[in-house]
Amino acid sequence: MKFGVVVFPGSNCDHDAFYALGNVLHKPVEFIWHQSQDLANCDAIILPGGFSYGDYLRTGAIARFSPVMKSVEKFANSGGMVLGICNGFQTLCEAGLLPGAMMRNSGLRFICRPVHIRVEQTDTPFTNAARKGQVLTVPVAHSDGCYTADEADIAELEKNKQILFRYTTPDGSDDAAGNPNGSMYNIAGICNRERNVAGLMPHPERVVESALGSADGLVIFKSMVEALVGAAKATA
Amino acid sequence: MATAATEIKVTPEIAAEHGVTAEEYARIQKILDRDPNITELGIFSVMWSEHCSYKSSKVHLKRLPTGGKLVVQGPGENAGVVDIGDGLVAAFKIESHNHPSYVEPFQGATTGVGGILRDIFTMGARPIAVLDSLRFGSIATQGDVDARFTRSTKTDPATLAANRRILDGVIRGVGHYGNCFGVPTVGGEVSFEPCYSQNPLVNALALGIARKEEIFLAKAKGIGNPVIYVGAKTGRDGIHGASLLASAEFTEESKKKRPNVQVGDPFVEKLLLEACLEAMRTGAVVAIQDMGAAGLTCSTMEMASRGGTGIEIDLAKVPQRETGMTPYEIMLSESQERMLLVAERGREYEVLDVFKKWGLDAVVVGTVTEGGVAVVKNHGAVAAQIPAHPLAEEGPVYNRPLAAPAPRVESEKDWFAFAPEKTNLTENFKKLLASPAIASKRWITEQYDTSVRTNTLAGPGASDAAIVRIKESEKNGVMRGLALATDGNGRWCQLNPKVGAMHAVAEAARNVATSGARPIAATNCLNFGSPEKPEVMWQFSQAIDGIGEACTALGTPITGGNVSFYNETLGKSIYPTPVIGILGILADVSKALKVAFRNAGDAIVLLNAADSRSRLDTRREFSSSEYSKTIGGIVAGEPPAIDLAAEKRLIDCLVALADTGDVQSAHDISDGGLAVALAESCFAANGLGASISFNENSPAEYALFSERGARAIVSVSPTNLAVVLATARQCNVGASELGNVTREATLRIELKEHAAIDSPLDVLRDVWANSLERLVVTS
Repeated sequence: MKFGVVVFPGSNCDHDAFYALGNVLHKPVEFIWHQSQDLANCDAIILPGGFSYGDYLRTGAIARFSPVMKSVEKFANSGGMVLGICNGFQTLCEAGLLPGAMMRNSGLRFICRPVHIRVEQTDTPFTNAARKGQVLTVPVAHSDGCYTADEADIAELEKNKQILFRYTTPDGSDDAAGNPNGSMYNIAGICNRERNVAGLMPHPERVVESALGSADGLVIFKSMVEALVGAAKATA
Repeated sequence: MATAATEIKVTPEIAAEHGVTAEEYARIQKILDRDPNITELGIFSVMWSEHCSYKSSKVHLKRLPTGGKLVVQGPGENAGVVDIGDGLVAAFKIESHNHPSYVEPFQGATTGVGGILRDIFTMGARPIAVLDSLRFGSIATQGDVDARFTRSTKTDPATLAANRRILDGVIRGVGHYGNCFGVPTVGGEVSFEPCYSQNPLVNALALGIARKEEIFLAKAKGIGNPVIYVGAKTGRDGIHGASLLASAEFTEESKKKRPNVQVGDPFVEKLLLEACLEAMRTGAVVAIQDMGAAGLTCSTMEMASRGGTGIEIDLAKVPQRETGMTPYEIMLSESQERMLLVAERGREYEVLDVFKKWGLDAVVVGTVTEGGVAVVKNHGAVAAQIPAHPLAEEGPVYNRPLAAPAPRVESEKDWFAFAPEKTNLTENFKKLLASPAIASKRWITEQYDTSVRTNTLAGPGASDAAIVRIKESEKNGVMRGLALATDGNGRWCQLNPKVGAMHAVAEAARNVATSGARPIAATNCLNFGSPEKPEVMWQFSQAIDGIGEACTALGTPITGGNVSFYNETLGKSIYPTPVIGILGILADVSKALKVAFRNAGDAIVLLNAADSRSRLDTRREFSSSEYSKTIGGIVAGEPPAIDLAAEKRLIDCLVALADTGDVQSAHDISDGGLAVALAESCFAANGLGASISFNENSPAEYALFSERGARAIVSVSPTNLAVVLATARQCNVGASELGNVTREATLRIELKEHAAIDSPLDVLRDVWANSLERLVVTS
């Protein structure tokens, strides 16, 4: 089992994802440079947070055309596990690997604070270790996190149970009150129809040790590990 | 002033336009043994500007303590460096970007953060935290009182609105740069005084970590070694930023200086960071210097001067983003995100390859030469030829005249008049909690990324100091941490610059100790008016004496910083405002202390190291407090008397209590006094309250809101109370039990068996938590 963390110029949560996987979960992990088309036999790819290529045009709009994304697309289309966090989520939307787009936060300001997200589906490689309805405390840190899609896409997401996380209040009761950025239907994270590609705006890699206030993000990485272990057993 | 071309003949009038005095011009002629050409004049004018040369402050800065057994690098390099154990060092420094932030708040603030980050990674250290110390003019009429006039200044609505706009731009700028660069902004301060209306203070502090043997210095070495320009291209932005913007006071014309403000690109800086650290690891980098103030001029001249060498560069090779730039413009440009480095001859390609990988320009523009002369060529023709050492080190030094201002005529009627005994102060307390100085800064700090890099143990407001862990220090599951706090109190310094400066040091050190860390070193940002005014120089000299005395007493040598003079607009100086940043070491981050109360039933203990006999007249002292300003509309009197020995005892006591783990929370008593400290500890502990009852032989308002130093509150489980009281006694710190943490979410403070404050916490929390946002966004 090996994780790959893509490094775009301007990625700045790459080290954090690397640390969470390598130092906290003790799993093999390596960086993958944006100009490389070789995914180094990784079994799961993380597109980390940051400001890829400065994000001056539109978030993720340039990253989507980088050489590494050709390989990531191929990997995803052949069933490989890909998780996009924050800027990585934006990039997956730009690349068309996930539906929808990210607009400026409704308050038009950068927001960094812990938010609460409810796990909506557990039959995915990213949430299988979580309980349905479990509320996780995970920080957001973004300017452009307002998830937007046309109604047909939203209907598809609902129908196929692709909405993985919704913003909510700590007790999971009032989603709109817990929505920090104006995302449609309080959507915080989604997956593709095939369930092997997911993206979320909050940063689970920042909350993997209780010393830093919350270890709620671990469940997402543990799910990925379990899914990979399961897949390895299935092929063995 | 015209952007001059080489052909312009230099005259004393042109020199004067560059801010070069007749005497300084004569000195230039002597060093060159001829008249300078226009490019050379430009070079001298920026190198000898107040901002770059410290010509008015040097004689005073010498009095600061700079040595210590943990100091690896004191003032004079890009940043101070201290030993934090296990082969690791911390590089840290604070710097101002005041004038640009008034002229263009967003870009001024971004480039302020960018500049200080470069200072840190130029040393080979990876930045891990930023703090911002921000001061703005009044944004509300409540508490809009100026110490210079004692009573309300009645700032007009247009200025209040302008101050809010400046605040908003600065906040966005600070956030934008750090957020994009990927460094957490973990703390700092925001305060408001009328004197900062047309001269906000934007002081940014950055902290970085490196291995001790990997620290880089800016000393050109090795004759024949190539000089390499890396990073962003050079444009016409920021020309004379250091000399004309930072080293002159503001007039009606100041807004026309917008072209002198640089424009920041945090994305390029992030690439530059990664590329520089990677290039340094090749072992082929000999020296490196960032291009900040005075750009290519300062970096070439200082590297050569410090290395005792000469340098020769050809400007034709400098990457340029505009055409037709003259040597004068290229040398004086302050375009951001650029570095100059010296590589080992024959290994330059190792360095160039790294920058190419990161998509950055990297070009050999010259060589290190023998003989100490800096030669600047343009397409082969000599554009400037100056001996580097005399230029960098033999600039003018002024021992400017000092004059104490005439003593203030004060009488008791100018002082705050205490409310009659048994007045219920709850309504006043709410007003105090809602004032911009005291209100929660959450609305601001949520616009900063506070948790990237996953080291933030205590971000803004969680502890009295920001605490970051050092992952590299992990040993058997124990990690070391660093605590950082910045403090300054311009109002107190205006009333008494020496005592005010001592308080700034003491409060920063106390904040670090309240987080559980041992304060070890300091950095300072000295914001003052025009040094050409004897009263301002007197304030400066007094403040230096205060800082020196306090840093010596508290064992925190000054390792660097900067001086910002000419903070005045239309002839009016700001309050003298030294801002002190103090760094502390926490041996085990799991022992960090935070502000929040933890358990209902815990005892709340006041630690008070000060000797009450040294107190000033209570009314006189209280007239300088935040409460007097906000509620009474009065700023007068004197800052509280300071007792440095008591501050030291309190620091030792707090560090000891953190180490034994006997206290549940700790919070120092500062702005707004005991009542505000208690309320903040409740606010941070969602759902807990406090019930307090004590007797003090002074008016209730003094007992609750006095800001005298050397005090903190801690909460203690009943089983540990005896041990904590014994530890305090051993440290010679007074300790008295004031009351308890309660399950009921109410703050009730009884004095002499009479309720002085009694309110549900929700009510208090609402005004405290939301006032700032309401003021800035909706008014």
